[in-house]
Amino acid sequence: MEINKHYFDTVIIGSGLAGCRAAIECINHGTVGVLSKLYPTRSHSTAAQGGIGAALGNEEEDSPEWHTYDTVKGSDFLGDQDAIEIMCYDAIPTIIELEHMGVPFSRTPEGKIAQRRFGGHTREFGKAPVRRACYSADRTGHAVLFALYEQCQLKGVRFFQEFQVLDIVVENNAVQGIIAVNIKDGSLHVFESKAVIIASGGYGKVFKVTSNAYASTGECLSMLFRQGLPLEDMEFFQFHPTGLYGLGILITEGARGEGGILINGKGERFMERYAPTIKDLAPRDMVSRAILTEIREGRGIDGKDYVYLDLRHVDRKILEERLPEITTFCKIYMGIDPSEAPIPVVPTAHYAMGGIPTDNDGRVLRDIDGSVVEGLYAAGECACVSVHGANRLGCNSLLDTVVFGRRAGKAASSTLKTATKGKVKKERISLIADCVDMIRRSNGRETVASVRRDLQTAMMDKCSVFRKEEELKVLLDELQALKERYKDISIADKSNTFNTDLLEAIELGHMLTLSEVIASCALQRTESRGAHCREDYPKRDDENWLKHTFAFQGDKGITFKYKPVKLTRFKPEERKY
Amino acid sequence: MSKYYTFKIKRYLPDENPSTRWDEFRVKLNSMERVLDGLVKIKETMDGTLTFRKSCAHGVCGSCAMKINGQNRLACQTLVKDLPETIEIEPLPALPVIKDLVVDMTMFFHKNDKVLPYLINDEPPPERERIQSPEDQHKILESITCIMCGSCTTSCPVFWADKEYLGPSALLKAYRFLFDTRDRATEQRLEAITGEHGVWRCHSIFNCVEVCPKEIDITKHILKLKRLAVKKGFTGGEK
Repeated sequence: MEINKHYFDTVIIGSGLAGCRAAIECINHGTVGVLSKLYPTRSHSTAAQGGIGAALGNEEEDSPEWHTYDTVKGSDFLGDQDAIEIMCYDAIPTIIELEHMGVPFSRTPEGKIAQRRFGGHTREFGKAPVRRACYSADRTGHAVLFALYEQCQLKGVRFFQEFQVLDIVVENNAVQGIIAVNIKDGSLHVFESKAVIIASGGYGKVFKVTSNAYASTGECLSMLFRQGLPLEDMEFFQFHPTGLYGLGILITEGARGEGGILINGKGERFMERYAPTIKDLAPRDMVSRAILTEIREGRGIDGKDYVYLDLRHVDRKILEERLPEITTFCKIYMGIDPSEAPIPVVPTAHYAMGGIPTDNDGRVLRDIDGSVVEGLYAAGECACVSVHGANRLGCNSLLDTVVFGRRAGKAASSTLKTATKGKVKKERISLIADCVDMIRRSNGRETVASVRRDLQTAMMDKCSVFRKEEELKVLLDELQALKERYKDISIADKSNTFNTDLLEAIELGHMLTLSEVIASCALQRTESRGAHCREDYPKRDDENWLKHTFAFQGDKGITFKYKPVKLTRFKPEERKY
Repeated sequence: MSKYYTFKIKRYLPDENPSTRWDEFRVKLNSMERVLDGLVKIKETMDGTLTFRKSCAHGVCGSCAMKINGQNRLACQTLVKDLPETIEIEPLPALPVIKDLVVDMTMFFHKNDKVLPYLINDEPPPERERIQSPEDQHKILESITCIMCGSCTTSCPVFWADKEYLGPSALLKAYRFLFDTRDRATEQRLEAITGEHGVWRCHSIFNCVEVCPKEIDITKHILKLKRLAVKKGFTGGEK
C-alpha cells in the first residue's frame, strides 16, 4: 500500500469561511495545508444569502451591546454569554477587515457598507427592528468566501482540493494529523501536523428537506465522536422558516427584512399573533413553529402544507438590487416572479447549533471541565462555542465563522513554537485503508441510496421542528435497524478513480452515527427551548435544563454529561417579541 | 405531471475501459425536477458507477456544470420540462476528462491564478471601511456574481484552439479587480492580461455570454478591459 505523506504546521479541514479565515491567520506563522472535498469556492458558505451581522451603525444607531442582548435572547438563553459578547464586539473590526480584504459589500449612498433588517435584530433591547445585517445583495456568503479564498491565494496557503478526510487521528489526548483520500485517483494521504483545525461545516443532509448542500454530511463530527470525544447540544437543529416549497432552497430572511410578509390560506398576516412587536422579523425558531402551526390547523394555502411569503408590495427595484438571487430562484424553480406572485414556502432544515465543543479560542474540549485535546481546534458550523445556544439569529453564522475562525487560527499559531509534531501510526493507516476497502468490496442487498433516503425521511418525520417522546423512541429503533441495513450495503463502483459511490457510502455511515446522537439528545432534553420543541414538554425549564448537553459514545450506547451555561449580564427572561 | 425522459450520457470509466461510450437511461421525472435530479436518480437506482460532481443544487456553487443538449449549463439549474424527451449529456468540453462527467479543472483554475485574482492594496487601511459609492460598486456588480463553474471558458472557440488563452472567466476575474476602486494593482494586472494569450485574443464570439448560468455579459466586460488597456498604453501581444 502506497501512502503519500505530508507535513504542515497546521492542517485545516474545510475551505469555507471558517477554514479560509483560519488559514489567513495561520499562514503568517507557519505552513498551512487546507483540505476540501470540493473545489474551494464551492463550500456551502457560498450559499449564505442575506448578510453578516455587526452593529456598525451605518444606517441607524446600533450598539454591540444590543447585538449581544439579541443574540442571548435569540439563543433562548442557552448561548454562553462570554462567547457571545466576544463575537458581537469583535463583529465591527471583523467586518471592517473583511471590507479591506476586498469583500464587495453593497453600499449606502455615502459609500459605507449598507445594512438591512433581519430576524431578531433589535435596538434598545427588543424595542424595534434595527438595520444590522451587512450584505452584498443576497450573495453575501459568496462575496465573503471569494474574498477570503483570494486572500489565501495571495498569501500562499496550499489547498488540497477534492480530498476527502477519512480519519482525524487523536492519540494520547493530542491530535497527530489526519488521513485522507485524494478523490481524483483514490490514493491515500497522511497529513501530520502540529495543529489541526476542523472547519468542515454543517450536516443538514441528515434531513430530507434541507437548504444544505449535498456535501454537508458532518463526517468530521462523527469521526471525533467515535473516538470518545463529546458532541455538544446536538438536539438543537435550526429550521429556516422560508425554504422553497418542495425543494428546501433557501429564501433569505433578508426578504422579510426588506418588507416581505408571511400570509396563510385565509390571507392573514399571521405573525402578528405570534410576535406582535417584530412580527415577520421574529427569530427563526418562532417563525418556523408559527408556519407549521398554521398548516396543522388547516390554514395552509388551499389547506395544503405551505404558506406564502409575499413580496408583491416590495418595490421591484429593491427586489432587483437587493434580492436578485432569490428572484432568480423563484423564476427558475417555481416559475413565478415574486413581484407578481407570492412564494410558496415551508421550513427547511438549515443550521446545526450543536457540534464539536470548543472554548472561546476554538480549542476542542474533551469534557465538561474545560480540558482540551492538544493541538485540535474547531470553528464555524461544525463547532459549538456556544454563541447560538438553542437558536441562531440570522447573520450570526457568517459572523461566527469569521470571528472564531480567526481566533482558532490565532490560538493554533501561538502554540506552534513549542508544540510537537504529530505522528500517525502505520497501524492506524492500515486500519483506515482496510475499512475503506471493506466498504468498497461490499456486495450486499441494500443500496446506499435507499438507506440514506429512509434515514432522511425518519429524521424529518420524527426529529424536526416538533418532537415528542414516543416518536423519538421509535426513531431510535429505526436508526438501529438502518445501521443493520447499512452493514448489508452494496457498492457498484469498485474503481479508484473519482469514486463518489464509495464516498457516499462512507458519508452515510457517519450520518447514521450523527443522527443517533441528535435523536438521543432530543429525547433526553425534556423541555422546549429555541429550536428544540418538545410537544410533550412545551415549557422552557430553566431549573433543570439551563445547561449544555455533552454526548459521549459509551460502551453501552450514548451517555450524557451537562455543562452549565455561562451567564454574565443577562438573566433568563420570558422570550417575547 | 411526471413523464419519462431518456438520458443519453457520455461515459468514460478509465479503470474499466480506455474508450468512451454512450449509455442510455430512462428515468421518470416530474416537471419541477432538474437534470441533476435525473442524474441522481440514475446513480441511485440504475448505475452506481455514474460519476458527476454536485453540491449546492441551486446554482450557486458551480459544481455541476456540464454539456446538456449541446450547451454548457448547470445541471441543478436546468429543469427537465424545458428540454426535449431525449437529454444528451457530456462533460464540459476542452478539459481533460477524469471520469464520466467529471473534468479536471486544474487548467481552468490556473488561468485565474495568472490574473492576480485578489484585491491588492498595500496602503495602510483606514480605521473604517474604504468608501465606495453605490455607482462604483455597480461597476463590479455583475462580475462578482461569477461562480467559476467553467461554462464560459470551456465554450470559447478561442480556448479550444489555444489552451494558453486566459479565457472569459479569468478575464472577468481581472475585470472584477481592475474596476474595483479599492484595488491598486492596475499596471501589474494589465501586464498580466495583455500578453500573447490575453485579452486581445477575444474575438467577441459571445459563446461565453450565451452559456453563463449567472447571465453575466462577459464579452462586454472583456471589451471594457480592452479599452482600459489601450487607454493605459498596454497594447502588447498581438500588435
